[in-house]
Amino acid sequence: MNAEWRWDFAIEILPQMLLATLNTILAAGIGYAIAAVVGLLFLLGQRTPIKVVNMINREIVEFIRSTPLLIQLFFVYFVLPQFGITLSAWVCGMITIGLHFGTYLSEVYRGALEGVPKTQWEACRALNFSTFYTYRKIVLPQAFPIAIPGMGNYLVGIFKDTPLLSTIGVAELFHAATAVGGYHYRYLEPYTIVGLIFLTLSIPAAMWIRKIEKNVNLAQGKIKKEQL
Amino acid sequence: MLLGTVTTIKVLVCSTILYVIISLIFGLMRLSKNPIIQGTATVYIEFFRGTSLLVQLFWFYYVLPFFGLTLEAFTAGVVAIGMNFGAYGAEIVRGGVLAVPKGQWEGAFALNFTPAKRMRKIIIPQIFPIILPPAANLTVELLKATALVALVTVVDLTFEAKQINAITWLSAQCFGTALLIYYIISRFFLVPFLRWLEVIAARKVGKDRI
Repeated sequence: MNAEWRWDFAIEILPQMLLATLNTILAAGIGYAIAAVVGLLFLLGQRTPIKVVNMINREIVEFIRSTPLLIQLFFVYFVLPQFGITLSAWVCGMITIGLHFGTYLSEVYRGALEGVPKTQWEACRALNFSTFYTYRKIVLPQAFPIAIPGMGNYLVGIFKDTPLLSTIGVAELFHAATAVGGYHYRYLEPYTIVGLIFLTLSIPAAMWIRKIEKNVNLAQGKIKKEQL
Repeated sequence: MLLGTVTTIKVLVCSTILYVIISLIFGLMRLSKNPIIQGTATVYIEFFRGTSLLVQLFWFYYVLPFFGLTLEAFTAGVVAIGMNFGAYGAEIVRGGVLAVPKGQWEGAFALNFTPAKRMRKIIIPQIFPIILPPAANLTVELLKATALVALVTVVDLTFEAKQINAITWLSAQCFGTALLIYYIISRFFLVPFLRWLEVIAARKVGKDRI
């Protein structure tokens, strides 16, 4: 094995890697969409006045949050067929990522809702607004900017966890790199390229999220232009 | 599987020690006024936070031998996890130092402490109650991340579960047990321990009496 970086090899495999990157982005996008919805469901479970539902909901969230995503993937992928449900690796991966990050997003939502001062609720009660109207016009617009940093972080987080999907055979970026590396028996270039692609995607994404955060805060009047 | 659990705990302890050291060093470097030191820390943090842990792990394990540096699977796993979480931890440390009230800095300045003494005697002891809650979350994340070392052939809990699954095909039992073990480690050992640390840290600076 020689340690030199071979540009011709790197360029040769680059198109293949970029193609696989699309799959990675797609996986992250779908996973995030599912997680956003699942997060809402967990939030509902948390806020219902029924005590038993609350408790069960909390235990489920705790359990999902404190066990590794990797084993959850294996669990969904290998165990469901035993019960006669055979899903493709893609579907399994998306469900698992959605569930796993849904628990995190539900915490973000909860924090955002609790971040709205109680006096806002009391004022709405005093003005005789309906609950629905209060949520729609008063609480949610204020909760949204609080939720943005957390939601953005988990978008980047999901993106960075998609390589795990390769372990159950989803053909995303990391899977492609392993395949290419195994075929040519050269791992230096593929894995380095994967790292670089991740960097070039996630750093701008993080910066973009920071910018949105600022804009939303600006629109809400939380900070003034001079403070930027 | 219990043998695998022991390995998992070993990985957990080693990489936690490594990540705490790295985050303290880089977190303080990030606050340095010297642009070179600060730049180094920023590049390090952005790099390790920007790429996925799995990629870094494979890079350490499969690519470093090209440069003549062959790490054992266990070492590669610990180093990769430690460096990755060190980058996240560094940001927590930075936030913690910045959150120490300004009066403390001024007080130390007024008493003519040297910058090194000010950091060591006044600021650092006070950051622990601030940084421990987020650091506790990070450590639970770290426990979950140790599952990844199975993919570079460290024989840990996840690896054992996979092996047994491949032999017996009792997937539900294998992976179910593994999930439960992780849950028990986290819920009944790791989290209470971290809470206890938080209480100790708060007591040390007299915050619990408020």
